[in-house]
Amino acid sequence: MTVATAGRELTAPPARRRHPLMTATVVALAAAAMLPVVTLALVALGGSDDMWPHLAANVLPGAIQTTATLIVLVTTGTAILGITTAWLIVGFDFPFRRTLSWALVLPLAVPPYLAAYAFAEFFLFTGPVQTALRAIFGFQTPRDYWFPDLRSTGGAAFVLASVLYPYVYLTCRVVFLMQGRGIGDVARTLGAGPLRVFLRVLLPAARPAVAAGVVLVLMETINDIGVAEYLGVRTLTSAIYTTWINRGSLEGAAQIAMVMLLVVLALLAGERYARRLQRFHNARATQLKARRPRIRIGGLAAIAATVWVAFPVLLGFGVPIWVFGRYAARRMDSLFNADLGAAFLNSVMTGTITAVLSVLIAMFLVYATRVVRASGLRPLVMVASSGYALPGTILGLGLLFALARFDNALDGVMRANFGVSTGLLLTGSLAAVVIACTIRFLALAEGALRSGLEKLPPSLDEAARSLGHTPFASARLVILPLMRPALLTALVLVFVDTTKELSATILLRPFGFNTLATLVYENASRAVVEDGALAALLIIATATVPVMLLSRALSDDRDASAS
Amino acid sequence: MTAGFLKSALAACMTFAAATLTAGTALADGVVNIYSYRQPDIIKPVLDEFTAETGIKTEVLFLDKGLEDRILAEGENSPADVILTVDIARLTTAKEKGVTQALDSEVVNSNLPAEYRDPEGHWFGVTKRARAVYASKDRVPQTSITYAELADPKWKGKLCMRSGQHDYNLALFAAAIAHWGPEKTEEWMKGLKANLARKPDGGDRPQAKAIYAGECDIALGNTYYVGLMRTNKKEPEEKEWGNAINVLLPTFENGGTHVNIAGVALAKNAPNRDNAVKFIEFLTTHKAQQIYAEQTFEYPAEPGLEPSEILKSFGPLKSDTLPLSEISKNRKAASEMVDRVGLDDGPSS
Repeated sequence: MTVATAGRELTAPPARRRHPLMTATVVALAAAAMLPVVTLALVALGGSDDMWPHLAANVLPGAIQTTATLIVLVTTGTAILGITTAWLIVGFDFPFRRTLSWALVLPLAVPPYLAAYAFAEFFLFTGPVQTALRAIFGFQTPRDYWFPDLRSTGGAAFVLASVLYPYVYLTCRVVFLMQGRGIGDVARTLGAGPLRVFLRVLLPAARPAVAAGVVLVLMETINDIGVAEYLGVRTLTSAIYTTWINRGSLEGAAQIAMVMLLVVLALLAGERYARRLQRFHNARATQLKARRPRIRIGGLAAIAATVWVAFPVLLGFGVPIWVFGRYAARRMDSLFNADLGAAFLNSVMTGTITAVLSVLIAMFLVYATRVVRASGLRPLVMVASSGYALPGTILGLGLLFALARFDNALDGVMRANFGVSTGLLLTGSLAAVVIACTIRFLALAEGALRSGLEKLPPSLDEAARSLGHTPFASARLVILPLMRPALLTALVLVFVDTTKELSATILLRPFGFNTLATLVYENASRAVVEDGALAALLIIATATVPVMLLSRALSDDRDASAS
Repeated sequence: MTAGFLKSALAACMTFAAATLTAGTALADGVVNIYSYRQPDIIKPVLDEFTAETGIKTEVLFLDKGLEDRILAEGENSPADVILTVDIARLTTAKEKGVTQALDSEVVNSNLPAEYRDPEGHWFGVTKRARAVYASKDRVPQTSITYAELADPKWKGKLCMRSGQHDYNLALFAAAIAHWGPEKTEEWMKGLKANLARKPDGGDRPQAKAIYAGECDIALGNTYYVGLMRTNKKEPEEKEWGNAINVLLPTFENGGTHVNIAGVALAKNAPNRDNAVKFIEFLTTHKAQQIYAEQTFEYPAEPGLEPSEILKSFGPLKSDTLPLSEISKNRKAASEMVDRVGLDDGPSS
């Protein structure tokens, strides 16, 4: 932990001041973001059903164990995949390295529920993998041989890790690139080999980045219902759904959701507490160019590196494309279908608005906690963005209750005073969908921007402020330009997740409003996913474009060999 | 690149604002707003015929989780005129949550048998869906079966089904509770669990696929999926799955085959009430019933109307006489029983 202690020298806590206006705005924004959670908390307090004895006896022990196992497997899996691939890509030269460096991000474009379907088609008994095995070895029935069952907690973890690891890869790669020459060279002059440099120096220094990525993975794993439902894995989130839908207790469902949220918050707080004394910024914030040359490897090592790095791409991106591509090929006639075109435009529009909105809000929140001296702000911002861990439908319901109440109250006032009916101003329009996605994905924007900002030493702000600039001016002149990669990452992550978003969108959308995701779901829910294959591929394509742009912008490969 | 992105974002924002201002909800004359558990593609033929006949347009909002909650939250301003569902429990939930209103229509009352109408007129069953058994043509010689027999150890490792917590299975289990009482049903469910070939997952259709692939010999499934598979033009292999199975219509002793209904309810604050009533009445007419029978592979609610050829090939349907209200009453108990037995954990544990 040499790095952390050395870093501490640089980090006299940033000079913060009181800014009543900024504080008030942060509180107001956080309150707005907490609207659905608070509404759900009220719902949870509303009823005390007789359901807890049943849940405690028959559901929760298994569900908690399953969820915990799933979390451990998925976070470990994504951490291993994300860190090793980022390290190989940044540090070594091997065949297809440049292509793979951006291809590694592609699985991010695949919604987990579609991945689950594709993996089931591919790996289950009737899929090509097992059919080939049977053909080769002459097996007949499933009792003749053993094959790992995808319909299990391990299987669900496999699916989730295959599409979620890019969160860790992205954050790690940026940090490995930014670590530049400095610390690695120091270690090497002291005689450390590449592996030792990685394990003892680069990895510990990359801890905030790993944490930032893993936290997103953790929340996505917890809020998932699609994969769990399709593979028959009974998590806490499925318990929320069965309690709500099959046993008609929204109160009970909200109670489980609230307990789950508390656990998530405890995990987040624990993670931050664990590295409370460490700061990881570098005195020189813009070291992207001064990168050490990559180590050339050859022979078996190079092949092994290519295979290892290509493997997650083939799984998380290749398998879904293969499965949906085959279905789509038989349905090319409906490519120019008007519904599909409208859904595409709606997805892009919703994604863009949501991305811009949530990045603006998150930027303000993150920057405010940096410059304002008020101890309660950080936890407040953390709670405000924790809605990401809630399943979309549940978050959507909380928001629906709050917004509809607002709509009806406004309508009442307008009717009484002006004789005009405003109707369902928000819940009857696209506004509800945008608000829901903004709140839901605030954590993504917040995480990306925070880790970007944490890399910038406070001396930067201080220099600007000492020259007489206000916090806003120093943000505009100094911080924002340096934050470009982080801003871009935040925009793309939110855009991509909004185009993939299904459950809140389907609950809150107005009449006749389809996104690509709702179109796929309409087909999936009547067991004809294949009819939604074109829309599924379009989701992946829509998300792939910004993901690739991001990946290229961050990798900065053009003058790699020049230094 | 960031600047370009922001510029296009701004343009999108403007479009959005314009869309919000002009959209509003469909309140104009000549519209009926349908909140539907059923996917628009499935009901489209019926909706088109309704519009052709009456000139009233239809707007559909498909939503399969939280539909009643949304209407409840929208309150008096809710644009919902009509609620379409696929399960009796959904209809009774809608009624219990107070998002429906009573309808006393002579047309509907004379078209539909009493067992498919709520006694207080809050909901109406439009089609019947039978919970059947898919059996391998090659490996299962028998041509009839009872629900009780599914727990017979002779099927050990040969039974497939979707999640026990799914609406269709819950309704069947609720009917079993009404027939047999909770204790006997729980024993039976333990038998089902012991017979499972694999952990319950997927939908009804993958169960047929599993039989085709030799993973199991029998499976629980709804009849209409078989119709959809056997007529699938895009995916020829689905025809093979559909043709690999026989559909048996199981019965309860002293009863018949468990049927669920797809139904309709009039929303409490329906802004286009007259159109909504016309729509509900239309669904019960001979014409609409015929479309249902021919195009959706469900059994029409109209007495005496023949179902499609494929459904007829399964043999005559003898519907269970159990009142539908009994089924929705036992739903919660059935759901808890599935947890208690651990049906969804699969055969092993």
